[in-house]
Amino acid sequence: MQEFQGFPVSPGVSIAQALLLDREGYQITRSRVSTAERSSEAERLDRAFVVASEQFAKRTEEASEKQLGDLQGIFSAQQQLLLDPRLREEMRQLILRRSFSAQLAASQVLNGYAQAFRRMGGTFLAERVGDIRDIERALLEQLGGAPTTSLANLQSPVILFSHDLTPSETANLDKKLVLGFCTEAGGPGGHTAIVARGMEIPAVVGVGSFSQQIRGGMEVILDGYRGRVILEPDAQTKENYLRRGRDRQSFAISLDALRDLPAVTQDKTHIELLANIEFPSEVATAMSRGAGGIGLYRTEFLYLGRKEDPSEEQQYEAYCEVLKAVDHGQVIIRTLDLGADKLSARQTNESEANPFLGLRSIRYCLRNPSLFRIQLRAMLRASVEGDLRIMFPMIATLNELRSARLLVRSVMDDLREEGYAVRDDVKIGMMVEVPAAVMMLDHFVREVDFISIGTNDLTQYTLAVDRGNEAVADLYQAVDPSVLRLISQSVKVADQAEIATSVCGEMSSHPAYALLLIGLGVRTLSAPPSALPQLKKAIRSVSLSQCQAIAERALRLETAHQVHTAVHDSFAALLPDMVQQI
Amino acid sequence: MMSEPISERMVTVRNSQGLHMRPADLLVKAAMKFRCRIEIEKDGQIVDARSILGLLTLGAQAGTNLNLKAIGDDAQEAIVALGDLFDNAFYETDNQTEAAI
Repeated sequence: MQEFQGFPVSPGVSIAQALLLDREGYQITRSRVSTAERSSEAERLDRAFVVASEQFAKRTEEASEKQLGDLQGIFSAQQQLLLDPRLREEMRQLILRRSFSAQLAASQVLNGYAQAFRRMGGTFLAERVGDIRDIERALLEQLGGAPTTSLANLQSPVILFSHDLTPSETANLDKKLVLGFCTEAGGPGGHTAIVARGMEIPAVVGVGSFSQQIRGGMEVILDGYRGRVILEPDAQTKENYLRRGRDRQSFAISLDALRDLPAVTQDKTHIELLANIEFPSEVATAMSRGAGGIGLYRTEFLYLGRKEDPSEEQQYEAYCEVLKAVDHGQVIIRTLDLGADKLSARQTNESEANPFLGLRSIRYCLRNPSLFRIQLRAMLRASVEGDLRIMFPMIATLNELRSARLLVRSVMDDLREEGYAVRDDVKIGMMVEVPAAVMMLDHFVREVDFISIGTNDLTQYTLAVDRGNEAVADLYQAVDPSVLRLISQSVKVADQAEIATSVCGEMSSHPAYALLLIGLGVRTLSAPPSALPQLKKAIRSVSLSQCQAIAERALRLETAHQVHTAVHDSFAALLPDMVQQI
Repeated sequence: MMSEPISERMVTVRNSQGLHMRPADLLVKAAMKFRCRIEIEKDGQIVDARSILGLLTLGAQAGTNLNLKAIGDDAQEAIVALGDLFDNAFYETDNQTEAAI
């Protein structure tokens, strides 16, 4: 049993076989055979050895013909490894005595040698391991292993291990077969994390190098609540996890009972709960979890992971689908937030040294008005189907807001001229996620109908910490007192101007932090659908004055760690039975 | 029954990269030419000279002393041939050594 610790970015626990996504390897597709199949499986192994060693012999010959003496030496030695009776015998024993599949036996035995070579250190280290990997690949290829470059060949559920996953790769995962994933890179605030939560796939990121310890086919537990990954768990550990899973399930069922009840505190303060979504297909889940509408529709996911940008018609259909599914609640659609870690087919940020400070989000859209117009057209056309509201991301200056509004006005005029029906009273708002916007908010509130505080970027830009970089991930703390002050100030300014305020960052998805936000004056929270039931449970269990006490205490503290501790202590005191479950 | 002839000698790994893939391959190929059993020992660890994996798991770096032992009819000739490979650093030029790693 071996453990890794990373950042828990998407809750849930999964137990399954590991699938190691290395770009050139082969993946074990079957790990055991029946007792009756043992001898035929051993014969299959023998045949694989014959073919693989012929391949290496051919390579040796070719190298020799081309007079590549050094390469010839390597291939010849690799062939010698395949001819070594000891290697094949060890694999055969695993098949004949323990019902291993030929694939698993080959992988296991070769990995044993790879590890032995690693332990020797010195010059034997890396290069021997590479030779062994070559042989493993050759054998697995013969034995019907699936190339790991493709996730399409999955036959049974797995937990995915990869150096990194992009948001669009994540979005394309098959939830039925990928029960969780773990990456070496990444931090708690990256978009991959957001997508994982949206898709409700448990995930742990930023665990550091694991390629030495993990093999495909290993049984693993991925704990997306605590950020833990356990390789080859013992029976006791596994049983503990299974039991906790059953407890959580009964807790989830108890939350289900609250579904149709309002999110009000015990002293009758009403809190509006909205959902963050990335895809129209998530609306149904969101509504079934008790969302009153959509507080953040991240439209850039229409653009990610495809070869061509979506047309106006395709976008129009997506927006209509969301509006219809929501029925009569508000739907805040955020305009394209591309750039930095979210790039569309035609974008590149290779020339940018600091993409998070570069041409992203609203800046990118204003620089590419033809692309921006297509989206605004689709949104405004869809506006007649429901309570559609438009929100601009990453506004830092009044000029940006004004340019964006001007473009909306111009698109509206175009559409009317073309004979489309467009609503007159479409509400327009902005994300407050750049400290500059907080500083100037008294001016901004005169020109928008609502604001939504994006705590992820606000944290990143306030503390000057790249939210996807694991090296500085410890600095990325949404509860840093500096961030809390900015939130508090924003809420006050917006209240004075009597415009609606919501918080749509990841901070609002954690019940303990949600109570803190309510204490700071926030009355609308937008969170991933999966977080809504527990938010409602927490809200219904406390009074407003208790939330205010949490906020007042937090605002007096000096460090993120103190706030974190204080908020969790208060939460544990108020809701002891929930602490176990989240 | 007459006991089989046994031949033994100490050798030193002389090539700079130690007993890595290519020399191990040459050693196995040389050992295959004989009928006798050939063992190589390092600090009490004994491996079959016909198993490249065995040879590699010795982790013999440059300067390591090994004991060669052959048991069988052609033991004497085997030890001479294998010892010759060690003595000549497996006929590696520095060039090849670098390329082989």
